[in-house]
Amino acid sequence: MTQLVTTPNLEQPDGFYAALLAAHETLSKAESDAFNARLILLMANQIGDRAVLGQLLDAARKQE
Amino acid sequence: MGSKRQAGAVRAATPRQMGETPVTKLFEAPLYPYRRSPDQDAPAPVRHPVVVIGAGPVGLAMAIDLAQADVPVVVLDDNDKVSVGSRAICFSKRSLEIFDRLGCGDEMTDKGVVWNVGKVFFGDRQVYDFNLLPEQGHKRPAFINLQQYYCELYLVERIRALQAEGKPVEIRGGNRVANLDARDDHTLVTVETVEGAYNLEAGWLIACDGAGSPARRMLDLDFVGRVFEDNFLIADVIMKADFPTERWFWFDPPFNRDQSALLHKQPDGVWRIDLQLGWDIDKEEEKKPENVIPRLKEMLGPDVEFDLEWVSIYTFQCRRMEKFRHGRVIFAGDSAHQVSPFGARGANSGFQDADNLGWKLKLVLEGKAPDSLLDSYAFEREMAADENILQSSRSTDFITPKSEISRIFRDAVLDLSEHYAFARPLVNSGRLSVPCIYDGSPLNGPDVPGLPARTRPGSPAVDAPFADAWLLEALGGGFKLLGLGTPVPETLELQGMTIAGISAAAGGLSQELRDRYLGDAASAVYLIRPDQHVAARWTVFDSDAVDAALARTLGR
Repeated sequence: MTQLVTTPNLEQPDGFYAALLAAHETLSKAESDAFNARLILLMANQIGDRAVLGQLLDAARKQE
Repeated sequence: MGSKRQAGAVRAATPRQMGETPVTKLFEAPLYPYRRSPDQDAPAPVRHPVVVIGAGPVGLAMAIDLAQADVPVVVLDDNDKVSVGSRAICFSKRSLEIFDRLGCGDEMTDKGVVWNVGKVFFGDRQVYDFNLLPEQGHKRPAFINLQQYYCELYLVERIRALQAEGKPVEIRGGNRVANLDARDDHTLVTVETVEGAYNLEAGWLIACDGAGSPARRMLDLDFVGRVFEDNFLIADVIMKADFPTERWFWFDPPFNRDQSALLHKQPDGVWRIDLQLGWDIDKEEEKKPENVIPRLKEMLGPDVEFDLEWVSIYTFQCRRMEKFRHGRVIFAGDSAHQVSPFGARGANSGFQDADNLGWKLKLVLEGKAPDSLLDSYAFEREMAADENILQSSRSTDFITPKSEISRIFRDAVLDLSEHYAFARPLVNSGRLSVPCIYDGSPLNGPDVPGLPARTRPGSPAVDAPFADAWLLEALGGGFKLLGLGTPVPETLELQGMTIAGISAAAGGLSQELRDRYLGDAASAVYLIRPDQHVAARWTVFDSDAVDAALARTLGR
């Protein structure tokens, strides 16, 4: 089974983070929420693997 | 569904002729008018082996299945006609396969409408369209659209044909069940008629009397686990000009904000419209033609001319009885379980209830199986109801988001679906009824690793081209032993029963049959139940193994 990657794996972390914020820059709260939802769904499809997606949900939940 | 009472349905002002059949005549003609029964003049209550309450689709199917197997059955219904308005309109492939076994599959399929193209709308725009491209190699289509009244009509006609053959089946119209007294070995049934009340004894009582089941209430039984409730305005309209044979589904349309709408083609040029209304509405106000017609105009477009044939409000709650069997009283169809209409899981699951129960009841009545076999009806069909409730709840959560964030995700899916195919499988306007696989059923026998998962024990046998015809036609009813690529005896005497064997040499198997039953194996032997579910399977024939599996499937 594919394991959840929790070690650094992002190419250009600062660049990605800036692009993420830039994408939201001119959006209202409602538009940002919609943008995030679309982004999550696109990323989920890119990952595809149901087990990995389950681990991602668990990992996100642990931060609460 | 089983009950014909309508919540104040509105009939169109001007009945129209549609094709050869004036449909309003069909609604109005008593199909099984009240006739005095000799039971009413008997000195003591007459005992019947099986009594079915409710001549809706499920009760009628139940009666046909039993009568075909020579089990005497009496159907009681307070009404005497088919149901008014289209009501259940989508009959799944499995239902058509069951109708084939019941002897009326052609009538249903020939009359029904098959569609493949659907369109999905979100707000004021179309986001995508699709072609279902159903899997090939099945006798019956994935589903048909057919008004419930035609379904009931063909079932009643089938019962008349069985009566003409001398089969022991009777429908008593104008017979309202007024009281039930459940005893150890029967139920005392009090029936009211225009000529007064009478009693009869039901060895087994099958309550197919609909979501409002008076039988359930008379026996003071629960109907727990309400998940949600909703109201739908359902309308039958006749288009005055051509209109495409497509399924249109709207999420949050301008004419029905925050709710859904569905447009579906039915036979006779009748289109069915479902407008979801939510739970807190004024039903009388909503169904007034002066309120309905402007909405429909907005929905269909300003230039589409139509006649409104019938309007009703349909209220449902999503829940099931905790137990479908209570001693000698058994619940089937909407009386036992109710789901949202998304996915057509109401009537279709009811037919599967009847399909599951008929053969078990016959074996118990004949003393060939223990009474406990009927507990497996409850196990298997309660499991199916849970699956239907789960699917139905997921559809409803998508269609009517319950929180701000679920709304955000729902809208995101629909927005993405306009441009990206990946999002379309997430769009949930109802997952069409497919039969439950009874994984973990106590009746299931051994399996072989490596054979195709879709035909594992507990599964409904999947149709496939077979010997110039169809596999399910070859299976019919009764226990069958199927030898694929390996011979099985033509008949087997096991457990006091005669099992028919069907053998097919490897060379003659269709590709679909190989894919669905063999996979990479060279041969397989399947024990099939009378409801065409797989009981057990092996790669070679072994009489002792079949005997043991049969004993298990008989509940011994």
